[in-house]
Amino acid sequence: MEKLVNDFSVGLFFWQTLLFLVLLFLLRKYAWKPILKAVNDRESSIEDALNSAARAREEMEQLKSDNQKILNEARAERDNILKEAREIKESIIAEAREKAGTEANKIIEQAQEQIENQKMAAITELKNQVAEMSIQIAEKILRDELGNQEKQSALVQEQLKDFKLN
Amino acid sequence: MQIKKSLRIVAVLLFTAPFLATASDEHGEHGEKSLKETIKEDIQHHVKDSHDFHLFTDEESGTHVGFPLPVILWDDGLHVFMSSAFHHGEEVAESNGRYYALYHGKIYNTNAAGELEFDEHGHPENAKPLDFSITKGVASIIIISLIVFLIFRGTAKVYGKGQVPKGIAKFMEPLILFVKDEIAIPNIGEKHYKKYMSFLLTVFFFIWIANLVGLMPFGVNVTGNIAVTFALAILTFLITQFSGKKDYWKHIFWMPGVPVPMKFILAPIELLGVFIKPFALMIRLFANISAGHIVLMSLIGLLFLFQNWFARGAFLGLTLFLSIIELLVAFLQAYIFTMLSALYFGMAVEEHEHH
Repeated sequence: MEKLVNDFSVGLFFWQTLLFLVLLFLLRKYAWKPILKAVNDRESSIEDALNSAARAREEMEQLKSDNQKILNEARAERDNILKEAREIKESIIAEAREKAGTEANKIIEQAQEQIENQKMAAITELKNQVAEMSIQIAEKILRDELGNQEKQSALVQEQLKDFKLN
Repeated sequence: MQIKKSLRIVAVLLFTAPFLATASDEHGEHGEKSLKETIKEDIQHHVKDSHDFHLFTDEESGTHVGFPLPVILWDDGLHVFMSSAFHHGEEVAESNGRYYALYHGKIYNTNAAGELEFDEHGHPENAKPLDFSITKGVASIIIISLIVFLIFRGTAKVYGKGQVPKGIAKFMEPLILFVKDEIAIPNIGEKHYKKYMSFLLTVFFFIWIANLVGLMPFGVNVTGNIAVTFALAILTFLITQFSGKKDYWKHIFWMPGVPVPMKFILAPIELLGVFIKPFALMIRLFANISAGHIVLMSLIGLLFLFQNWFARGAFLGLTLFLSIIELLVAFLQAYIFTMLSALYFGMAVEEHEHH
């Protein structure tokens, strides 16, 4: 201990304190402040970057789920439209079929009516012709037979028997 | 005597008795003593500060190789001259009509003939001027400060160009972050640590680089000098006291949570602790570094003492091993000094909500 105190150099202590303080202030100004500031800045910028990356990831997630939703909606819409179209198609076909059926029936009816009319006309015509022919025949026979009264009446009887109205 | 003792212990530990016999046989009584004395003196010389930068001595011609350093004395006026005026303590230096003699590394006032008066213990009784010389230690501190400044100025410049560390910053940044995240923040706390960062970083890198420089060839172990560690410890002491808050002083003079008689007993103990803490800091660093140097020097001395190649090889290996340990100690002591300083600052600024 005595040796230590004896060996203690005031000059060295003085220079060490002075030089150390000078070094401390120089380093503080030219080294520690810029270094610590840069390190802090970097730390905060890394933190910011990580935070924004997390946010971006969240947004992406959100976007993805939104997309999925939109896709699902679109799919549902499409299914709906297809279903509606199918329904419309079926209804149109059914309607058309119905319409066609009624139309056909109508045509058939008209045709039958026409046929009936034609038939009636033909019958009338025939009747008229038959009447005319009958008259002519009657005229002829009358002319032939009227000479002979008996014969005439027998002939009329016979003729009338043959012409049967149908 | 110490060297002799350590020599014996190491020899007995490492080698068997016959070997020791050969070792002492090979040297004559006179030769052995003088070699041991030389080694002892060399070691004592090495761990001490000196007024010139001594590189080596040629024993045969008695010439010293080195370069002188400026001597600055305050003795009723400033006296400045180069240490070469002393001729390694062999001559009296004259400056402005006053005469100075160099004796065992210390400068004394003397007369023109350079006579010194000794007391019964062999210590000179002459007056000593105030010595502010740029000694070997001071020169080393200047060099170390320059190295530290240049390293970290370079590091800071890297950050001026971009946020990514390059070159030297790549190596230094983890160390700076280590001081910040492992020393300052855990011991002082997030709230207050920032204002102590400059001191902690400077003290950490100064001690570490100084320890490393001390291990290099021609390097001087400034941290193994008590004046240097005292200067560092007193700064820690002053910063601690000046940043002491109410709770800190309360814990010293009026310890809360104990009975009143205990408060009276604890106050002087706590007050003593205030001074013991930096004192322990000073002694720890000084003792670790100077002890490391003495052990290494002793082992190197043993290399010369033994003229047996097997022993020399063993001591060379041991020296190498201890040098590596010293590299670790250099870092460890810087870490411990910084860590304890941070701990004391933390105690000073601590706020107790629970009282």
